Amino acid sequence: MTEKDYRLSPRVDQVGIQDRVDRITKRSVKNRAKRKGLYMALNMIDLTTLEGADTEFKIKQLCYKAQHLHDSFLGLPTTAAVCVYPNFVKTAVQEVKGSGVKVASVATAFPSGQSSLEIKLLDTKIALDNGAHEVDMVISRGKFHSGEYNFVHDEIAAIKEACGKARLKVILETGELGTFDKVRRASDIAMDAGADFIKTSTGKISPAATLPVTLVMLEAIKDYYYETGKMIGMKPAGGISNSKLALQYLLMVKETLGGKWLSNEWFRFGASSLANDVLMQIMKQESGNYQSKDYFSKD
Amino acid sequence: MKNKIDYSSDWNLDPAPESIGHIKLKKKYDLFIGGKWVKPKSGKYFATINPATEEKIADVAEAGKADVDAAVKAAKKAYDTVWSKLSGKERGKYIYRIARLIQEKAREFSVIESLDSGKVIRESRDIDIPLAAAHFFYYAGWANKLEYAFPNRQPKSLGVAAQITPWNFPMLMIAWKIAPALAAGNTVVLKPAETTSLTALKLAEVIQEAGLPDGVVNIVTGYGKTGAMMVDHKDVAKVAFTGSTGVGKIIMKSIAGTNKKSTMELGGKAANIIFEDAPIDQAVEGIINGIYFNQGHVCCAGSRLFVQESVYDVVLRKLKDRMESLYVGDPMDKNTDIGAINSKKQLDVINEYIKIGKAEGAAIYQPKCTLPKKGYWCKPTLFTNVAQSNRIAQEEIFGPVLAIQTFRTVDEVITKANNTPYGLSAGVWTDKGSKIFNLTSQLKAGVVWANTYNKFDPTSPFGGYKESGHGREGGLHGLEPYLKFD
Repeated sequence: MTEKDYRLSPRVDQVGIQDRVDRITKRSVKNRAKRKGLYMALNMIDLTTLEGADTEFKIKQLCYKAQHLHDSFLGLPTTAAVCVYPNFVKTAVQEVKGSGVKVASVATAFPSGQSSLEIKLLDTKIALDNGAHEVDMVISRGKFHSGEYNFVHDEIAAIKEACGKARLKVILETGELGTFDKVRRASDIAMDAGADFIKTSTGKISPAATLPVTLVMLEAIKDYYYETGKMIGMKPAGGISNSKLALQYLLMVKETLGGKWLSNEWFRFGASSLANDVLMQIMKQESGNYQSKDYFSKD
Repeated sequence: MKNKIDYSSDWNLDPAPESIGHIKLKKKYDLFIGGKWVKPKSGKYFATINPATEEKIADVAEAGKADVDAAVKAAKKAYDTVWSKLSGKERGKYIYRIARLIQEKAREFSVIESLDSGKVIRESRDIDIPLAAAHFFYYAGWANKLEYAFPNRQPKSLGVAAQITPWNFPMLMIAWKIAPALAAGNTVVLKPAETTSLTALKLAEVIQEAGLPDGVVNIVTGYGKTGAMMVDHKDVAKVAFTGSTGVGKIIMKSIAGTNKKSTMELGGKAANIIFEDAPIDQAVEGIINGIYFNQGHVCCAGSRLFVQESVYDVVLRKLKDRMESLYVGDPMDKNTDIGAINSKKQLDVINEYIKIGKAEGAAIYQPKCTLPKKGYWCKPTLFTNVAQSNRIAQEEIFGPVLAIQTFRTVDEVITKANNTPYGLSAGVWTDKGSKIFNLTSQLKAGVVWANTYNKFDPTSPFGGYKESGHGREGGLHGLEPYLKFD
């Protein structure tokens, strides 16, 4: 079998992408649609903490919040998952037990990915042994820029194999890729190599997720679905901190991939502060007034 | 086709109607002549209706011969006694004032435009009205710089300009006409299209508010007959017309042998060309924007699609899928992509062409969308299996109907694209710059868009080759038809 030449991945026109995004951001989401969208968004959040200063207690607090977003208000969903470093997976798994909230672990020498495959596999194995349900890996951007697409592909494939049944999210770190053409190429490589999700960013590099870059990736997912019938999930991460933006992401998913993708099985937000803004908006819808930010717990 | 994207969802947008309570409309409009509202001597009025509901919005005067005479006389007097004597700088001030007032009342203008024409509020709000204001701003800037615009040519104004505008972009086309005419020092008698008079009449109020000297701009309403009286009037020095090629030919015949200058912006049947190396998803978006923008009521619409055979299947599949996610319906809803057909008459024309397309053996495709019961509506439509010799590929339909053909080589597509009596616009989609330049120099079209479509700017000239007309509007070129040179 001849190897696929990823330099031939479909081209992306930046101006056209921006035009399409502008159309979507002008949509008006009101009333029931807004409420439903906000509930959906909450349920799609991977509540994230990825700090050098993370501690067991911080993780426990995060896990509680994921399951109890705002207990004074009945009927709220949980977040989709919590997202932590591998050394906190064990704690997190205990804390979310029975709630349906998944534990996602970053792995593979997150965030830079500058390490050997052995280390990356071991990193992944530790996360999985501790019970992670999902793995968020990073691609080797250096190798990608050197044009070593097979290396990048094989690395993802190796991690995927190590994951077994755990779902694998592949972080492209689009803020380091430079152009939409490259984002498209990296998306194609990740999907071919077995990614269950493709994810924009680590949150450590600016810009993180944007609507245009997400649209490029959604279109890659669409083409992959056309070709193979296989659904791939999408996770924009970093920089999504308000409800309006979250709803625009959801509309973009709906108008690009259709209603089937509108669940946390196929779409996630990687975010730490989005949940509170969505909660505020839900309360606003209920009461007609905005409430103080201090009515919502920070962690 | 397998692995079809399903755009149905249990998460659907709620109606988001633009509020219309703030607009001020009269029940009955007279003619705007010599700076005043005057009753038509003809005594006649006609109704203007909302094509999305078929309800009457207002009555509008129908100008007869005596009314047109009065309007031209007022314009002539204003030209002779005031406007031609004013410095460019002073003219510019008035035009700037009009531009600012349009901006201030932008929301009101866009709501009225959508009510009267059926176009979606998103377009009137984000495109038509802001662009109209931008045209006034742009030409206001030229008013005192004409000698620099045409160095060593001593530009002089012409006199009274008779201007006739179409119903597809009512306010925008008025701006394209009035702004350069005033900047160049001419006075104006303008007739908007009979189905969309209201923004023109609203503009008359703005003109009054701006304190423009009486008679510099006169707005008379009516049908084609009224337009013909304007064109034939002996005191008119310039005729500017945007509309169908058929009417354009009649006008050219009637002014033949006179000294009247003319600008004709007529029909089109633009080729939108997709090469295999194009950014396909964005090209699909460009096809949608090219033909379904403003319900296809666009003279430069990309109504003939040429797709290179190697990517035909994927382009068609994506296009059909994308059509499923378009919102068709209430023009006043902020989420609507495709609004109402402008009139019953135009809907009949479009439906006739759809019938012709089917009879010619082309395969029709329309998305599943449901249409409102009242009003004039047409689903976004495409035809495949189209031959160059089909009428749907040759004649301007002026509706949301796309005719798709394939091609194999660059030379073939250039030949086919140019094989039309029209030559207004074209689109080229490819990732290769050299191919773009090759095509732009060989396509016989006034405007060629590369990797985009239907983009407008006041600084950019617009106009056609062949039966799409002559003269340019917009940009520096748009001043020239309103000037004479020693």
